[in-house]
Formats: sequence, structure tokens, C-alpha cells
Amino acid sequence: MSSQANFTHAEAAEQFIADEPRTDWHDDTLWFVREKRDKAANSLPEWEQLRQWASDIKYHGLSNMHQLLVDFEKNAIANGIQVHWAVDGKEHNEIIYKIIQDNQVQRIVKSKSMLTEECHLNEFLTEKGVEIVDTDLGERIVQFRKEAPSHIVLPAIHLKKQDVSETFHKHLGTEKGNNDPQYLTEAARGHLRDKFIASELAITGVNFAIAETGGFVVCTNEGNADMGAHAAKIHIACMGFEKIIPKAEHLGVFLRLLARSATGQPITTYSSHFSKPRAGQQMHIVIVDNGRSRQLGRESFRNSLKCIRCAACFNTCPVYRRSGGHSYHTAVAGPIGSILNPNLDMQANKDLPFASTLCGSCSNVCPVKINIHEQLYLWRQEITKEGMAAKGKTFAMWGMSEVLAHPAIYRMAGKMGRWVVKHLPFLTNNGMNPWFKQREMPEAPKESFRDWYLNNKQK
Amino acid sequence: MSARETILAGIMANQPLSQDLPIIDVSAVIQYDSNLSQFKTVLESIGGKAIDISGWFELQNMVQDDLAAGKRVVNAIAEIASIDPALASLEATELATVQRAYLKGGIAVAENGSIWLDETAMVNRLLPFIAEHLVIVIEAKNIVATMHHAYQQVSSFDTGFGMFLAGPSKTADIEQSLVIGAHGARSLLVCIIP
Repeated sequence: MSSQANFTHAEAAEQFIADEPRTDWHDDTLWFVREKRDKAANSLPEWEQLRQWASDIKYHGLSNMHQLLVDFEKNAIANGIQVHWAVDGKEHNEIIYKIIQDNQVQRIVKSKSMLTEECHLNEFLTEKGVEIVDTDLGERIVQFRKEAPSHIVLPAIHLKKQDVSETFHKHLGTEKGNNDPQYLTEAARGHLRDKFIASELAITGVNFAIAETGGFVVCTNEGNADMGAHAAKIHIACMGFEKIIPKAEHLGVFLRLLARSATGQPITTYSSHFSKPRAGQQMHIVIVDNGRSRQLGRESFRNSLKCIRCAACFNTCPVYRRSGGHSYHTAVAGPIGSILNPNLDMQANKDLPFASTLCGSCSNVCPVKINIHEQLYLWRQEITKEGMAAKGKTFAMWGMSEVLAHPAIYRMAGKMGRWVVKHLPFLTNNGMNPWFKQREMPEAPKESFRDWYLNNKQK
Repeated sequence: MSARETILAGIMANQPLSQDLPIIDVSAVIQYDSNLSQFKTVLESIGGKAIDISGWFELQNMVQDDLAAGKRVVNAIAEIASIDPALASLEATELATVQRAYLKGGIAVAENGSIWLDETAMVNRLLPFIAEHLVIVIEAKNIVATMHHAYQQVSSFDTGFGMFLAGPSKTADIEQSLVIGAHGARSLLVCIIP
């Protein structure tokens, strides 16, 4: 399920960077997180080996997915967990709604789950008259503001503390103008404790599901997933099928990589291993496809399913840092989102693979070694082949290939270009030329390299 | 076809040729001169506190001091006092006012300062999350170097629930400012028995 945004990444990014100090702050804040990641990675001499193991375990998982899922289901059922399957987001939402109705519950808390964002669960349940309270602090902030998370690990990273203070003043009655993060967090703690204690049903995501045990692991720093899951009498965990790993011992590899890649912490505060419901509790798992089996069949793109949602590629990306998560108009933004979302809906997300400089930094920090920048490049080709690339871009590419294929035309075009930039600068320094936006045009050299070479060779 | 059959058929048709699992060579990973001092250093860096104690009586004294100060404490360590048989089935409303909980941890991990707690150690799954403050006792001999070593010893699914706990609860969701005490414990004191 994917809704068509009424803006492209480039248009939204233009709005984002209109506020230059704020753009710089966003850029610096995420770079700071990237630096913490580097420090954590450098503390382990085996870091590169760990990435390779993680990548290989994930590929083994993708190549044995059918069997691993069958094993997982069998073991989970033996543990007393109810297993549900959903072909798409709509089925996922309906399964959850049915559990809510069957048990006649009203008070529902949810910890962070990008899958439920992908499936637009909150909107679906709101339409049915069911209220869900997001309990991750960052997600609660954006929920109050009726916004989407702008980052998969740091949902409110686009906001400053003044924004949070205003939001909490409005919704929680905190002191006006008190911007102290400690004070604001304390207010949210009090507010959400009441919600946890009263909750009847808790929804969580899944970081890893283990085929051999039929259990699953959820990682948080705040403890919100556990507060919900252990307080409520019903726990629903939602997962895309690619969260499967074969064995519990493989958690050793992934838990070493996940938090270090995400925030530079050696591990998250809570790495919770659920395998059986507690006495008197219902535990459900919803396994979702929503386009993943199709992506599994695309040879060039299947490795994107290795992703463990650490967001290292977001924090390092020069485009993400300077355009903000909302510009990507999808649940998962950043470089990884730009290779996952065209599979969900190519038409709606045809702009995303172009939101990159192809610098390759994303691939270099990815803990499971996904070749993200290469897949971005391949998606551009798919999108152009389908006739979906922006018209201006297609025309420009056609023009460029004609020019580059004919040396005489190339030489003449070069001469004309240099003359225009020198004598008629207003022809390029205007809003019609997308390369002039936010950039200065270079000074035109006197002659081309070829002319210079020929002249100097003769001397 | 049911959703299950549709999904599994799609996966069967599309999954690539099987590739073997890698061999995880634990001898190739980091080693520390002292797992104990590495554990302490990392724990302090993630907001926890470590102290060495010489025996169970020190914990008994701490519990007595808490009680004398009028605090609501819950003990889940059989070595220091009997465990309230009602604890296992207490609900969130009944646990909400617990000021300090005393728990006994299993394996601890030097590289990240985490401690394994399973359901037996927690007695009640909600206890280590809902208590305002936590005191966890571990034995120095149970500290291993890395998560690989920990999983060799922890059979993570022996009981219905278990976790690696690393420090007090925290968040940096407001402008990346670290705040200790998000939804879970506001502090973690780890007492290490030699």
C-alpha cells in the first residue's frame, strides 16, 4: 500500500532548505550521529568481518525463506503464539482490527514499528473509531502534531526543542516556553505511564524473528515496547517476513551491529526476547508480505530485503541530511527507502532513486552490506525504461547522448557553451536551469582541454 | 488460496538458490585484558553504575535501608530474602509504585555492559521495566567478552521471555539530548560479587 504524494522529493527539499540555519542544524545533528557510529565501529577490529557475516546470514535467509518461515510458524505455534499472514497492508490492518473487535478492547498502545507506518495502520484504525497511542517519545511527539516520523530511528529529528515544548504545552499542559529536554521527557513519561498501566492491547514491531525457536526480539532504548507488551493482556507483534533469521546464535552478530550502526551505542538498553505469552496473555504475530516476495524475485534488488532498519544510510547521506525525511513522502525515507519504495509503487515513488548523488556512502556504512547506491542507479534505469522518468531529464539525457556520440557536435557544443557562459550569463543563470538553483555557475575556461592539448603539443 | 499459501508460493517461486550459512569464528573477535574492567567502563558510559560487593549481606543491608527509609522495594533474589509468592501475578496497577527492584542477573557482556535476565530472574516480566530504580547483582565469573560468547551460554528461549539489559532507560528523541529515565528505570546499579 502506498499513497501518491502530491509533491516530488525535489520540490519538498526545496521548501526544506529555504530555512538555511535549520537545514545546517539538521545536517550537523545527523552527521554527529554518523560520527558516533564511526567511533563505535572502529572500536571493534572485526567490524568488517561482522558486516560480512551479517550479510551472508541474511542472504542464506533470503535463499531459504520458505523453509525458515514454515519452521518459524511451527515453533511459534508450539510456544502458544497465534500466527497470522497478510498479503498486503490492508490485510495486516484488518487482522489487527479483528483482534481488537473480538476482544472488545479500547485502550491500545503501540511502540515503534515501521511496518505499521508502511501499512498506514493508525489512519486505518482512526477511521474505524479506534484510538492508538504511540509510545516511543519521538513518535508520540509527531503523533500529537499529526505528522509522520521523518526518520526510522529518530522519528522527531526534524523538530527543535522549542517545537516539542509548544506541542507538549498544547497537549500535555507543560509550562509554556520551558524547552528543557529533561523536563519535557519527564512530562511524557508521566503521561505515557498512565497509558501503559491502563492498556489492554499492545502492538510492537519485530527486529528479528528466529526460525529455530519461534521467538522474536524487539530492541528499544526507552523500554516502551516492554511496558506495553508486559502490561497488556494482548500483545500483537507485526513483522515483514524478511525479519527472519535462522538461529538464536545469529543474534550475536546482529545485536553487535544494530545499535552501533544506528546511534553509536554498543547495544540498545533493552533487547527483549519474546517466545511465549505469559500466563493468561494472548500473543499474536502478523507476518506481512506487501510486495516483499516480488522484491525477492528481482535479482538486482533482492538484497534490499537484508535491511535491519538501523538508519546508518540516512545519517550519512548528504541528500537526506539536507532535505529531511518528509521530502521522501514514504514511511521509510533515506537511501534504503529509495530502493524499497519503487517496488511498493513505482509510479508514486519514481522520484526517489533520483534523490541521491550516488556517492556510495550509504553502501559503505550499511551493516549488512547492501549495495544501496548501485541499486539506486539500477532503479533509475528501470524507471526510465518504464517511461516514468521526468520529461526534462529524459530529454536532457537524449540530448546529451546525441552530443557525446558525435565528436564534432560535442566540440561545437562545448565552444558554444563557453561562449554563452562568458558573454550571455543570464541564459544559464536563471530559474529555468535546474543546475543554477542553489548553485553558482562556474566561470567558463578560455579553451577546451582538447584545444589546449593540440596547441601545447605543437609547441 | 489463503494469505499464507499465497505468500509462501510467491516466496518459493522467487527465492534464489540456497547459499550456505557463514561459519562464525568466535576466536576471530575482540578480546579484553579484563572482562570485568571492560564491563564496568562500558556500563558507566551508558549511564549505569557498578560497585564491587563482598557478599549477599551487603544487599540485605541495602534492602533494609530502603525499607527503613519508607521506600517500596521488591526483592526477586532468593539469596537475600524470600520472594513474595504473589509477585509473579501482580498487575501493572499493583507494580506502578515500586521504587526499587532487586534482581539477580545471569551472563553479563563486557563489550556492551549488558546483563541477561530471564523470566525466572524477573519473577514478573513487568518488574524490571516498571520499577523506578534497579539494583542487579551479577557474579564476576559470569562476565564474557562479547555477544557471541553470551549466546553460547544463554539458551535464550528456555523461559518464555528474556532480555539483555544495558543501563537505565534512555532517550535522545528531543534534539539528540540524552535524557536518562524515559519509560523504564531511572537508574541501574550493578553489584558485582567476586
